Amino acid sequence: MARLPAARPTLLGVRHHGPGSARAVGAALARLRPDIVLIEGPPEADPLLSFAAEPGLRPPVALLAHAVDDPAQAGFWPYADFSPEWVAITHASGHGVPVRFIDLPVAVSFTLDRARRERENDEPAEPVPSPVDPIAALARLAGRDDAEHWWEDVIEHRPPADDPLRPFAALAEAMAALREDERPAVDPGPTAEPDIERLREAHMRQCVRAARRAGHTRIAVVCGAWHVPALADPPSAAADRALLAPHRAAVKVETTWVPWTHHRLAQNSGYGAGVASPGWYRHLFDTAAEPDPLPRWFVRIATLLREAGHPVSSAHVIEATRHADALAALRGRPLAGLDETLEAVRAVMCDGVTGPLALVHDALVVGDVIGEVPPTVPAVPLQRDLTREQRRLRLRPEPAARELELDLRKDSHADRSRLLNRLALLDVPWGVPVPGRESRGTFRETWRLDWQPELAIRVAEAGVWGTTVVAAAEARASDLAIRAESLADVTEVAERCLRADLPDALPVIMRVLDRRAALDADVGRLADALPGLVRALRYGDVRGTDTSALDTVVAGLVVRICVGLPAACAGLDHDGAAAMRRRLDDVHAAVQLLPERRQDEWYATLRRLADRENLPGLLTGRATRLLLDLGRLAPEAAAPRLARALTRGVPHRESAAWIEGFLAGGGMLLIHDEGLLDLVDAWITGTPDDLFVEILPLLRRTFATFAAPERRLLGERIRTPARAAVPIATAEHFDGGRADAVLPLLAGILGLAHREVTP
Amino acid sequence: MGIAAESVGEDVLRQHAEDAFAEELAALAAADERPRPPRWRLSPWAVATYLLGGTLPDGTVISPKYIGPRRIVEVAVTTLATDRALLLLGVPGTAKTWVSEHLAAAVCGDSTLLVQGTAGTPEEAIRYGWNYARLLAHGPSRAAMVAGPVMRAMSRGLVARVEELTRIPADVQDSLITILSEKTLPVPELNDEVQAVRGFNLIATANDRDRGVNELSSALRRRFNTVVLPLPATADAEVEIVGRRVAQLGSGLELPPVAGAEAELRRVVTVFRELRAGLTEDGRTRLKTPSGSLSTAEAISVVTGGLALAAHFGDGVLRSADVAAGILGAVVKDPVADTLVWREYLETAVRPRADWQDFYRACRDADPA
Repeated sequence: MARLPAARPTLLGVRHHGPGSARAVGAALARLRPDIVLIEGPPEADPLLSFAAEPGLRPPVALLAHAVDDPAQAGFWPYADFSPEWVAITHASGHGVPVRFIDLPVAVSFTLDRARRERENDEPAEPVPSPVDPIAALARLAGRDDAEHWWEDVIEHRPPADDPLRPFAALAEAMAALREDERPAVDPGPTAEPDIERLREAHMRQCVRAARRAGHTRIAVVCGAWHVPALADPPSAAADRALLAPHRAAVKVETTWVPWTHHRLAQNSGYGAGVASPGWYRHLFDTAAEPDPLPRWFVRIATLLREAGHPVSSAHVIEATRHADALAALRGRPLAGLDETLEAVRAVMCDGVTGPLALVHDALVVGDVIGEVPPTVPAVPLQRDLTREQRRLRLRPEPAARELELDLRKDSHADRSRLLNRLALLDVPWGVPVPGRESRGTFRETWRLDWQPELAIRVAEAGVWGTTVVAAAEARASDLAIRAESLADVTEVAERCLRADLPDALPVIMRVLDRRAALDADVGRLADALPGLVRALRYGDVRGTDTSALDTVVAGLVVRICVGLPAACAGLDHDGAAAMRRRLDDVHAAVQLLPERRQDEWYATLRRLADRENLPGLLTGRATRLLLDLGRLAPEAAAPRLARALTRGVPHRESAAWIEGFLAGGGMLLIHDEGLLDLVDAWITGTPDDLFVEILPLLRRTFATFAAPERRLLGERIRTPARAAVPIATAEHFDGGRADAVLPLLAGILGLAHREVTP
Repeated sequence: MGIAAESVGEDVLRQHAEDAFAEELAALAAADERPRPPRWRLSPWAVATYLLGGTLPDGTVISPKYIGPRRIVEVAVTTLATDRALLLLGVPGTAKTWVSEHLAAAVCGDSTLLVQGTAGTPEEAIRYGWNYARLLAHGPSRAAMVAGPVMRAMSRGLVARVEELTRIPADVQDSLITILSEKTLPVPELNDEVQAVRGFNLIATANDRDRGVNELSSALRRRFNTVVLPLPATADAEVEIVGRRVAQLGSGLELPPVAGAEAELRRVVTVFRELRAGLTEDGRTRLKTPSGSLSTAEAISVVTGGLALAAHFGDGVLRSADVAAGILGAVVKDPVADTLVWREYLETAVRPRADWQDFYRACRDADPA
């Protein structure tokens, strides 16, 4: 392969995102001085290659190709500094040499995808089995089970060869050997699934032929090593044409550059599996000129750990370097790889624990590098998706503010509400919810719409989250949940997520929520989170969202609150008790909205609170009152408790607090609940005179919170010996038939007509 | 040591590693062609093979001494090879002492140079003592010195071992600093010193739950590479370890055979693993973790105690009630915080499991509140 006829292309088989491959490609191109560079990549993006020369475009960046009519159908081709493709692109633009992408057009593969999806009857397509992993196959042949390590040892860690082309020749030979028995000799026939790999290679060959026809003589092709044999040994041009002929692009595709991050490089992409350690690769690529990349690597780690407050000295760096080298020798590797360095850091710098290593992994092994894209590149698809949604929902962006009334029982209205909620999640505040007027019904919403021109910029910024409004909002919601500082924040995201109807983001949020709830030892925070979640649960119900995950989390939260509450109530001062009382009421109100089987635990807890002697009186009194209201405590049983709380032995403050907790909620209850009034009346009149003077200020403090008319009514009720009987509705003459007759109408009003209404 | 050395033979209760596995060590030494650090009996690769097990080219099978992550052993051996002291950390029952003994046996063929750390370990145990009869009769001299294990290891280029390093008082610990950094042991009484011969190194073990007792000074810590020995990685592995140890202990205590132990054993291990990990085995529910270490060793004692209960006071079948009290005692070390953790675990994780109802009830009964 060293001496090629001038017209034959030089094939540079690479590993995508391999720093060693990138270095080798750089050296090979410098030697070859090609007059055209062909790269495996989407040909639709050719016009975008001119941006590569602009200083505003800084890797990591990705080529984004998406179907115009369905931005969700999209592919990304990310490039980092150390990607061989990127090295080839910059070489070409630096030397004024034309550069082209030669892979199968994205439009064709999208068309094939759609055809396949249709054949599969719109069922979720099974993940296409990825083609043989050639590196893993070679590593297995070499007797190594870890392909990554083997590749590092034979390619990435090898010093540059004298002849920059020789490694490529060796790799091409290996691939040819691997692919020898793989080629299907017979044509699979027109009905069978078209083999996309063969189409891609045919297209690449056609592109090479085209370049040759255009008069280029020194052609360099940068492609995945796997494809090299197929390009080196081409069948006739007619055969390739025949293979490609039936597949026409029926999809319109647009492409653009989007900024990328190292974190996303670590995930899957258009070039197959992501790289696990982009930061390490970048380090290897950047320090290629140095004899040993390790010392600088350890110095960077040491600096990072020092900034995080770990005492790491230069001696540590020296020892870590020695350790990594020795470990590599023990494992029979030519040079220490990432694994060895991390083991060394763990043993030498981190006291054998893994905690600080996570920091190293995040900041250095992956790295938080973010790419940049100049503003001149074409717009992101998110904007287009939004425009389409606006058209579909007849919701024009208008600069003048207006109000929008939505009735969520109508599908189109519910969709509009979802869109506005999703945009709010993406920080595009087009619609702002206006507090409902009179009705607090769950199916009515009022929005104030106001489209400002700068919202277009917000949309562009939100483009990093995804290509469609739904996908972007889901990604953003998950991210918000993961980054949320407190449990209540996560709850809020969950509520917003339910309103925006993002079922795919829910599992992530529920996981975060569950984890936070389990690890949060502060019952107060758990209690704060509950009402919002219960609200969300009911809200989801109204919209018919599947909320079973949320239901589980809520149930777990209730159990945790129940277990921890008695302990959390002990030893509180006045302010703490007052705050806890509010929470008690909130949780109580929330629990009332849950199905009955979830309520028992809570009532048992209230009963425990009411029975405990050493808790603040405010809370004991409150718990007693709540139980009394529910009828779970007989009025006779409440009397001794009240009496007990107010005896001489109990400090006055506590007595007052007990009364306050017991009677809080206004005087109406005393007026209407004869049992309760009797209780308090009997206790006050039965109090010895000297004690009465003592407790008077305490009582006054509580009764002063009642409204004046309530107090007057209360006084009248007590003054009149034969108390005016308050008419009480009794169930003696309850007519079940008449009551049932109302239900259908009620269901219609509530929008529950499609469900079974249980009386 | 003199007495022990003479009694090596079939009759000793427990043989030293280098005697028990002498054949394997010899076979490894014969097959080992890789470079060896000065005074090492084996190359680092062969030491790692000795601990992890394998088959030599001549067909000799090396039994695995340590069952656990390969990297642990590799990092430990590399540490010794780079002339750094090795600190093995881990909760009780993670084979720290076992690994340290076998490392010493494989590297230098002598695992007996041992200092057992206790709260009362004196400086003489680490440095040297005096033969007072000689000291009084002839005055201070080399002949009047009694060398400690570390000093002997230094002068002969062997590996010394310190057990439970963090139990040793801090001032005594620090006498290791000079030994590890300068590789020398000054003898101010004689205006002399003992210099370490190449090949000398030190393996220390410490319980990382005890770290607060006598935390290593940062000067000393800096001389060590630290390797944390983990708890068993999978439930099956742990069930096997617990089951085997319980069987050994049971036969030692001559307990009558008890039926149904397998199911409860698995349950105990599951409870321990879930609380330790702060996550249920199905990965769906997060849990708080209690303050205790919940080591494999404790699981073993819970099951053994349950077996004794079932055998002597029960109906001969190991039931949930027999282990419940033991589990409660192992989990609740801090009466306030751990009780909460335990109750929350019972309510959120145990209660929903249909086939765990007997266990749930037994635990509720065992809970005093």
